[in-house]
Amino acid sequence: MSHSDVVVWVEQFQGRPASGSWEAIGVARRLADQMGGDVTACLLGGNGSRGLASKAMHQGADRVCLAEDEQLREFRVEPYVRFLSDAIRDADPGVVLISATLRGRELGPALAAELETGCVADCTALAIDDGLLTATRPVYAGKLLAECVVPEHRPQIFTTRIRAFAALEAEPDRDGPVHLMQSALSESDIKSQVVDFKPIEGGVGLADAAIVVAGGRGVGGPEGFRPLRDLADVLGAAVGASRAIVDAGWMPYEYQVGQTGKTVSPDLYIACGISGAIQHQVGMRTSKVIVALNRGAEAPVFKLAHYGIVGDLFDIVPALTEVLRERVP
Amino acid sequence: MHIVVCIKHTPDSEAKMSVDESGEVSWGDSPLILNPWDEYAVEEALLLRDEHGGNVTAISLGPEGALEGLKQAVAMGCDQAVRVWDGFCEGSDTLSTSRVLARAIEKLGKVDLVLVGRSAIDADTWQTGPSVARRLGFASLMYVIKIAELDADQGTIVVERLLEQGREVVSARLPAVIGTTKGINEPRYTSFMGIRKASRMQYPCWSTDDIGVAAEEAGAAGAAVHWPRIFAPPPRGGTAEIVEGTTAEETARHLVAKLLAEKVI
Repeated sequence: MSHSDVVVWVEQFQGRPASGSWEAIGVARRLADQMGGDVTACLLGGNGSRGLASKAMHQGADRVCLAEDEQLREFRVEPYVRFLSDAIRDADPGVVLISATLRGRELGPALAAELETGCVADCTALAIDDGLLTATRPVYAGKLLAECVVPEHRPQIFTTRIRAFAALEAEPDRDGPVHLMQSALSESDIKSQVVDFKPIEGGVGLADAAIVVAGGRGVGGPEGFRPLRDLADVLGAAVGASRAIVDAGWMPYEYQVGQTGKTVSPDLYIACGISGAIQHQVGMRTSKVIVALNRGAEAPVFKLAHYGIVGDLFDIVPALTEVLRERVP
Repeated sequence: MHIVVCIKHTPDSEAKMSVDESGEVSWGDSPLILNPWDEYAVEEALLLRDEHGGNVTAISLGPEGALEGLKQAVAMGCDQAVRVWDGFCEGSDTLSTSRVLARAIEKLGKVDLVLVGRSAIDADTWQTGPSVARRLGFASLMYVIKIAELDADQGTIVVERLLEQGREVVSARLPAVIGTTKGINEPRYTSFMGIRKASRMQYPCWSTDDIGVAAEEAGAAGAAVHWPRIFAPPPRGGTAEIVEGTTAEETARHLVAKLLAEKVI
């Protein structure tokens, strides 16, 4: 292995891979090809994780380092950092990529502290410029962009923003070796234990949704979300909410998009009854296509949106749902 | 219980940010405030102290402006506050910041809990909590939306972490670093008495020498990440294309046609 190689952490939750990890492998493949190196995917999980190793290869990895251990079934920083730092010291890559999921954004800096190196968080672009990997990332809530480099420390760690990069088309014929690795921590050395999990009820996760239907003050009350949910169901979309809605108690915090909530960049963001305060824009401005439905033609959201409809969302949203339903066989 | 809360001062979230030709970032005449995410950490520290006893120390790495954040934390109710700064801290990245903060927390003596906000609204790296936890050898519990149990005598804590798929319930041994998220509490407003207390408080400032961090480990000299360029993103189109129709249904059909052409549905 050499500094032209790239290591990627493949995240799984209850045996399901995080789609952002495939995006990170796609970036790793491109960078490794430019540098003349290899891509190693590190996969950690409980017994039965091996199936994901071949998927990582289909997505562009050359080999997989696999640790199957019940200790690794749930993500915990201590055993994950131990395993990954061992694998990384062994492989000595120039670059480590981690998808900027919540777990990824916790793991990256812990790993960087362990390896005494730099971690650049939430990158939206990565390119080799004059032999140096240059990352672009939003700062000051996306009001500005920063270019970051790690001139000397190796490996350099980057977390990649979800949906900022496209995963490669899966190649089912791609294959490679799987190296098994043992976890080296005794359970008594680990300070935390996952004791329960309470899943979010209903629907698609906001963070990696291709389409988001979001509601703001204009929905008028908790009941006002029903037509939005119907539209989301037809589109296979996730439902989101503005801060005003969450603070009013109409939707739980889990659904909040914006500066003090989640940042999303779906292909399509449909903002219903959202005026578009700067704090909300921060969470959705990188969406590919933004549609705004609002009663007031002066709302700031129309400055950001690609398409706008001025009108009553309780007329437009059900009409949209009906038109789209006709298209579904 | 000794609870430490790490805070940062940031430009107000409404501030209009700009960059000049030399790459200097400016936020006009907008005030420096306590980073909004840190308010949840301060509030939770105060609630835990009031329930379990002990005291809360606010700590901040930064130049003179960091005093604004510390004053607000004290006005909310923190018992003492420490600033860490000297010329060697200039130009820190998250790597050198984590070294300095971890050493400073160690200098505070016995610590049961370190609270941090999820992130700071300026650099938005979300890295301080996890990296400081790693250096201190404490459990790292980020995105905490509820502290379900805390047994100070047994030295155990049970928290709920808000992750993409739902809430993960985790038990851990203290000491731990807790990253708070919105929803964990409703941060209090500062009272007149609190503001008066904050204005009379002494704010010691520790140098890298005081906390035993070598000059080359701190600030720009100890940093791994460099930021050669900061720039304003290209402005977005400006105005939406308004989609209309004589009926709601016709408007919907027009929009669907546009979205199909964009290949997003």
